[in-house]
Amino acid sequence: MSSFEINKCMTPKQIVSQIEDGMTIGIGGWGARRKPMHLIREIVKSNLKDLTIVSYGGCDVGMLASARKIKKLIFGFVSLDVIPLEAHFRRARSAGEFEVMEVDEGMFQLGLKAAAARLDFLPCIAGLGTDVLKHNPEIKVIQSPYSSDNYVAMPAIKLDVALCHVTEADNLGNSFISGPDVFFDEWFCRAADKSYLTAEKIVPTSSFNDDYKIMRMPIERSLVAGVSEVPFGAHPTSNGPDYGIDVDHLKLYSSRAKEGWSQYVEEFINCEDYIGSVGGVEKISQLPLPVF
Amino acid sequence: MTEFSLAELCITAGSEIFRDETPEVFATVIGLVPRLAGSLAKKTFLPGLMMSDGEYYFAHEPVPVGPRNGYMPVKEGAIGYERVFDLIAKGNRHAFVGPVQVDQYGQMNLSCIGDYSSPKVTMLGVRGLPGNTVNNRTSMFFQSHNKRAFVPGEVDMVSGAGYNPARYPNGVFPKGLDHRRIITNLCVLDFEGKNKAIRVRSLHPGVTFDEVQDNTGFELIRPKDLAETVAPTEIELAIIDSLDPNNLRKNIFKDNPNGRRL
Repeated sequence: MSSFEINKCMTPKQIVSQIEDGMTIGIGGWGARRKPMHLIREIVKSNLKDLTIVSYGGCDVGMLASARKIKKLIFGFVSLDVIPLEAHFRRARSAGEFEVMEVDEGMFQLGLKAAAARLDFLPCIAGLGTDVLKHNPEIKVIQSPYSSDNYVAMPAIKLDVALCHVTEADNLGNSFISGPDVFFDEWFCRAADKSYLTAEKIVPTSSFNDDYKIMRMPIERSLVAGVSEVPFGAHPTSNGPDYGIDVDHLKLYSSRAKEGWSQYVEEFINCEDYIGSVGGVEKISQLPLPVF
Repeated sequence: MTEFSLAELCITAGSEIFRDETPEVFATVIGLVPRLAGSLAKKTFLPGLMMSDGEYYFAHEPVPVGPRNGYMPVKEGAIGYERVFDLIAKGNRHAFVGPVQVDQYGQMNLSCIGDYSSPKVTMLGVRGLPGNTVNNRTSMFFQSHNKRAFVPGEVDMVSGAGYNPARYPNGVFPKGLDHRRIITNLCVLDFEGKNKAIRVRSLHPGVTFDEVQDNTGFELIRPKDLAETVAPTEIELAIIDSLDPNNLRKNIFKDNPNGRRL
């Protein structure tokens, strides 16, 4: 080993204490897949407020909405995949509880990429002819300098903080995602000033001296400010192939959107033993992967 | 005469949207009817069609819908979300989707209904519709053809682009805008009217043009020779059955009606 002395390990509480009121927070994963849910529950428990949330949304958005943490939501969709409509998001959005910037999924990625490349915008044609432009007048349409084509100039989505959940991380901030689809986690991290990861397991760096794992390590450690070991930290979302979506839990969670949210918080967020409250390690380990 | 259900008729009519496709089109087929329609096309006349396993992999053969009962998808490549976005931009793709509303321009809504700042009904969000519609060929399936789905004027929130010239600089449609078909419980529609107006292409057996028009919030083009939607063959029905071994298709329409009205 070299004398390279960096240790980014911290507790989930310490990670959330880095977040300040009014910040813009990007959340990795997709829908009901590999969301950093333990950190989301820590935010729900915190006094944080007025957050701008940027997410390919699932129950991360729903919980933060019901906890009244969201000032503005930047999104392309909010869905639990196996349950198409997200009940908490629907209730809060229909009640007008937060501002929205609703864009195409691809525009969303370009916004992160623009921020990652320190550009004001990146061009695309997605959005032309739609109400995405009407409801987001800050998004400009420009003419190509090379032809008469018109492009949407998708503005950079700059993040203060990115939060992601991975399978393994080391104390330097290297990380490995075991599921085949890494989604857009690296773009959230590159668009952010600081990124924090929870990992199923903290491992020695030597564990990454492995050609298979290296193909699934999209996040550069220089982006990562902190890592924390949280087994089953994505539950009730999936962390395939290790565990699937907890459909029964998501059904129960969905049923607490209109009333019963405070009861949900008591039972599953303020509780001492979350894993125990949702059925224990063995049950989560056996959750089947979703089949579509 | 061969018996078939309305669901099977829609699946077969849906597969026909791929009849004049490129040999290796990437088909994104969302929902049971689109998924079975794409799968049927691949199994019959378009073996090169590329589709996913619904999760991450390109499937070498269509993956049967519903519980797998030991079946393992046969992988031939990877199609994660980032690559999907890249292929949307590249263009050789046909998205067969189920929006909540459509209007006379083929504009689609998947976002919300009512006032945008506090909508009466919140749905999924625009998802990939803005990008799909200006880059890729688009077809739609509606389980219930009525005026709440086929709305007058414009849809509440234009999530997917269509042929409304007022919405484009100088009225010029994006090069990739290419709407193909709409399959419903009553008929097959296309965009082959003048200036891309929506036209009734065929009526399902026993349905009249007037019934379709009465359930549509805008005026439809009636072609001179109005065909009947082609019924599935015995071979197609057998393939559909193999692609849907758990018979999920019986629940697409209430009471699983016969494809020929009695």
